[in-house]
Amino acid sequence: MSNTVLRALAAILIVAATALWLATGANRGWTKTSVPVKRTDEVTGITVDDYQKRFVPGIDFLGAALLGSGILAGASFLFRKPQTPN
Amino acid sequence: MTNYPEKRSLTNAGAKMRRRKSFISYGVTFLQNALRNSAFCILPSEFPLSLLALACLNSAALAAPQTFDFKDPKGVNNAVFKLDAPLEAVNGNATGISGTVTFDPADPAATKGKIVVASSSLHVGNPMQQQHMLSDKWLNAAGYPEISFEAKELKNVRTDGDATTADVTGAFTLKGISKDITVPVKFTFLKDKLGQRVPNQKGDLLVIRANFSIKRSDFGIMPGQMEEKVSDTIELTLSIAGASPR
Repeated sequence: MSNTVLRALAAILIVAATALWLATGANRGWTKTSVPVKRTDEVTGITVDDYQKRFVPGIDFLGAALLGSGILAGASFLFRKPQTPN
Repeated sequence: MTNYPEKRSLTNAGAKMRRRKSFISYGVTFLQNALRNSAFCILPSEFPLSLLALACLNSAALAAPQTFDFKDPKGVNNAVFKLDAPLEAVNGNATGISGTVTFDPADPAATKGKIVVASSSLHVGNPMQQQHMLSDKWLNAAGYPEISFEAKELKNVRTDGDATTADVTGAFTLKGISKDITVPVKFTFLKDKLGQRVPNQKGDLLVIRANFSIKRSDFGIMPGQMEEKVSDTIELTLSIAGASPR
């Protein structure tokens, strides 16, 4: 695998992860797999948070993507082309 | 003195009319007072016994304590918990609520009851936090499946219309440890409202709301540990409705 491919993958990973994080509301907390949706009972006036399954990436997701991207970018330096003498 | 039959008959009719009139006016006054005070039991002896009995029975029925079941078929009963530590905030709720409360609208100070929250119903959005929270290290939901509050005594009881506020002292049990705490509670008695929530069922509703806080260290939950991430103070908000069918 060439170093160019690895660097391109690293860039795609970080861009995609950041785009997903921004698109889902830029959650600065931990990643959630369920989110509260409010429901109010009209008779009693009680409001309850019903948890619905939804993936909301948090800063841990962003950190993991950054780490993965860094590893890929770092690995790209292991595949340097041998220098050809002039 | 000569008695004329016609005159005597007229006098009797007048007396009868006066008696009837005074009885009717007495009845009207009584009903007005009853409606105003709903205190039926101070009556003169000439009042018809059947009405007196009915009135006292009615009063007794109104004053009877009612038992409210807090297992809610609509699933809105919930307890919200918030932990605000310097590094992390944890928010979630619990919906596995059950228990009974005996409440008398005429004597709210005599309220007794126990509310139970199933430990396994505690939920937070992050799956890892959820797993840690229910684990042996923290709540040990498998070993201690219930969190409960049993009311023992009410103080500072104030009633305004359907709403009653009071400071309720009772035993709060978490992870097998019971501590007496005092919680400000608001009771709202909703007469004949059960039918609006559960079709074809008559009865009353009792809504209980409470905001209070506890310390996890008081209940042996990792005392003095990880307080920068998991706050020692846990803020709790209880919003529950119980039903008393007739």
